[in-house]
Amino acid sequence: MTTEVTAERSSPKPEFTDAEAGAKVFPDSTARRYNYYTPAKRKQSHYEDVTVEVQPDPRHYLAQGWLYGFADGRGGYPLTWTALKAWGVDRAEPERYPGSGGKGYEWPAHGWHEFRDPNEEWELTFYRNNSNVVRQINQNVETARQTKAFEQWNPNWVTFVERNVGAWMHVEHGLGLYVFANAQRRAPTNMHNNAISVNSMHRIRFAQDLALYNLTLSEEIPDFDGKAHVETWAEDPAWQGVRRVAEQLTAVDDWAEAVFAANVVFEPLVGELFRSQLVQQAAPGNGDFVTPTVVGAGEFDYASRDLRYTKAMFELLTNDKEFADHNKAVIGGWLEEWVPRCLVAARELQPIWSQPDAKPPRFEDGLDRAKSRFSGILSDLDLTDPKELTQ
Amino acid sequence: MTRQSVAMAHEKIQELAWEPLYHTPVSQYGTDYTFQKAKKKDPLKQVLRSYFPMQEEKDHRVYGAADGAIRGNMFRQVQERWLEWQKLFLSIIPLPEISAARAMPLLFNNVPNPELHNGQAIQMIDEVRHSTIQQNLKRLYMNNYIDPAGFNSSLRNFQNDYCGTIGRQFAEGFITGDAITAASIYLTIVAETAFTNTLFVAMPAEAAANGDYLLPTVFHSVQSDESRHISNGYATLLMALADEGNHQLLERDLRYAWWNNHRVVDAAIGTFIEYGTKDRRKDRESYAEMWRRWIYDDYYRSYLVPLEKYGLVIPHDLIEESWNQIWNKGYVHEVAQFFATGWLANYWRIDPMTDKDFEWFEYKYPGWYDKYGAWWENYSRLSTPNGHHPIVAEDVDYQYPHRCWTCMVPCLVREDMVMAEVDGQMRTYCHEACRWTDVEAFRPTYQGRETPNMGQLIGKREWETLYHGWNWADVVSDMGYVRDDGFTLVAQPHLNLDPKKMWNLDHMRRMGPLLSPNVVLNEMTPEEQQAFHADYIRGGPAGRPAPAEA
Repeated sequence: MTTEVTAERSSPKPEFTDAEAGAKVFPDSTARRYNYYTPAKRKQSHYEDVTVEVQPDPRHYLAQGWLYGFADGRGGYPLTWTALKAWGVDRAEPERYPGSGGKGYEWPAHGWHEFRDPNEEWELTFYRNNSNVVRQINQNVETARQTKAFEQWNPNWVTFVERNVGAWMHVEHGLGLYVFANAQRRAPTNMHNNAISVNSMHRIRFAQDLALYNLTLSEEIPDFDGKAHVETWAEDPAWQGVRRVAEQLTAVDDWAEAVFAANVVFEPLVGELFRSQLVQQAAPGNGDFVTPTVVGAGEFDYASRDLRYTKAMFELLTNDKEFADHNKAVIGGWLEEWVPRCLVAARELQPIWSQPDAKPPRFEDGLDRAKSRFSGILSDLDLTDPKELTQ
Repeated sequence: MTRQSVAMAHEKIQELAWEPLYHTPVSQYGTDYTFQKAKKKDPLKQVLRSYFPMQEEKDHRVYGAADGAIRGNMFRQVQERWLEWQKLFLSIIPLPEISAARAMPLLFNNVPNPELHNGQAIQMIDEVRHSTIQQNLKRLYMNNYIDPAGFNSSLRNFQNDYCGTIGRQFAEGFITGDAITAASIYLTIVAETAFTNTLFVAMPAEAAANGDYLLPTVFHSVQSDESRHISNGYATLLMALADEGNHQLLERDLRYAWWNNHRVVDAAIGTFIEYGTKDRRKDRESYAEMWRRWIYDDYYRSYLVPLEKYGLVIPHDLIEESWNQIWNKGYVHEVAQFFATGWLANYWRIDPMTDKDFEWFEYKYPGWYDKYGAWWENYSRLSTPNGHHPIVAEDVDYQYPHRCWTCMVPCLVREDMVMAEVDGQMRTYCHEACRWTDVEAFRPTYQGRETPNMGQLIGKREWETLYHGWNWADVVSDMGYVRDDGFTLVAQPHLNLDPKKMWNLDHMRRMGPLLSPNVVLNEMTPEEQQAFHADYIRGGPAGRPAPAEA
């Protein structure tokens, strides 16, 4: 028997270093919390620890200022990218010159830094939640496919889904990419921008959920036209109002206006009107228990997460200790513009209420509920109903 | 899972985009590049239905490892020399990550290809993942490592520290200026495709060798997303190359982005890997060897050179010069020596080098000891307070360097330093390529061509300016580099945590005032400035002042 001799493998040698917390007592040995910000509540949350102050502010610790600017010399995240103001923003950035030192204002320096996402979204929560959503949708659709559930659909309902539910995917996609993904470059703090980027992904995911559901229906339902949504979105007069508003939302320069108009005005008056007052109501009567589960996932994201952070974000501004009146006036102007646009879009949708065989509740009743919901949101934000709501 | 193939699913989601009819999306980020509509494909065909569960699975692995590290008392065997440098690295890196997320919309309006926008949106949320998962790793270190100081103050200190400010370019360069220069060439084509190899692959390997397997766990998970980002950049680059009018800008931007990444990333990561490790096996790769493999072979020769046939002008000279800087001019050693010189203006502890380290450096970099050995012996000698000043204020044959206005790493390879008067101020640059970046590239005209969208270098780029004339005790107090007793410094030039061996404000108070090299330079007459320059470039290596004229 021979023994093969091999050279000793080279590997690092572990060493006992006793570098554990508590091994020694010295200044700072027990200072185990991030000390550069004040938590919103008594104790620093995990969400705050991974989010707060990652995006610097020259008013805090950014003593040398931003290092790279646009062609006009502005760097970072200019506060003027929205017309809204938070307390303290009119104080100039601390001036720096030879021998000036580097101290900024006491944290938080201005009101923008008081915002916290009530959903406390960071990567761990975000991926868990969205993985659960796509898994559940996949299971629902797959079960429906296996049990031939689509065969129960009324013929007109098939047409309704291929055209109208299909058309909605474009709204989610357009807003997700060109309103929310765009806005997450522009807000003054990391807390704002992370919440907005999560909102963006909810919408993009919902758009894809609808598109892939549409693909399944093309495979499962004879004569289901998987491309009808494109033509509906492009040409159907009933959808042109929605399309016009969706495109107009992408054209807004002010990031806060874009988020407000999309989440506070458009969603209750158009989005929820279509999804909750029409699709969710009409589907069961037309033999469809699957579509509401797909649409419901997106609806839940909006109603329980995205609207929640949006309200927290704007509540601070409408109750700001320095600029509440200014902000309410600005937002009032936005409401005067966006409410009529959204109501026109909503009303242009009315013809599709009559398309299913089993009729949903009346359009006017649905619109009343949508207006009432919208009015409630405004009330929560300490805003009054614009006169345009009575149109 | 559903039956649909990824290819079919990806094809289906292409139906989501539409051509606006009533209103055009707002245009907020300009570029001097021009793009024609083209159907460049997203080669990775990512669909969120599979993306989310994939990322969740990766998270399970990361958080499982984190749990295991704590249960398994990982911190009993981590090297403090290594973890201390993570106070700097993990204070910097969450900002570049989140800035990459913020950079994605810069591309939407300028790159007319909705298929790529989908990939860019996924990159956006990947970057949110990276930023928060890294903040979380730092939080874990803060909670479980022996010395939390510096981790606990990291996002304050990184913003005003000179090393952190060098690193901050790696974030701000992504989000401002010409949209394509920033979000495509600087971010995806150079930073992500080239330098994440050393950041997220080479450096974690060194962490593991120093008893820390959490850094590799987190950063390899991060790196697994980078391949998608690289393909985003590649598709955009091919679209840009299709228009010959862009070639001049591409040449400019590759030169700027390459050189700046080299200056910034090689300074920081080179120092961590070479001077932050206790693993001195002679067969482990040096940073120079890693660089040759990851950057020179994998990126330059395998990725960049094949693009030459499409008309891309590759900065061969700067790539060779970067290697020359690392191999012949000791760039990483010069930087590490400077970081250690300026230990008192930091928020981590820097371990002295030992004979074992010297032996390894000499083996890997022949001639190292003659250049740097005596200085590190002085560093060791002066590391605990004993009636002397910190090394920066002692006579150790080291001339405090001027700072490069562009990359903000000091002008350490003394012979390369150049000066220029810009906007009424005399500025110093570490190399001609950095002078070119400020004086020629970041300007509204370039080689006679209007470039109205090009960004600007702004800010108070020399930190010493702000503290010109201040006492050192007041400097470190103002910057927040003091421990919770209000007296002991966070930074130390050794790893001994015995309070009697630690430097404090009284030691700082005894030092002379801090003088800004740039302020002093600008107080000179033009003749004095020229004489100063002539003298400076005769200095070095290892920071030695110029020898006296014969």
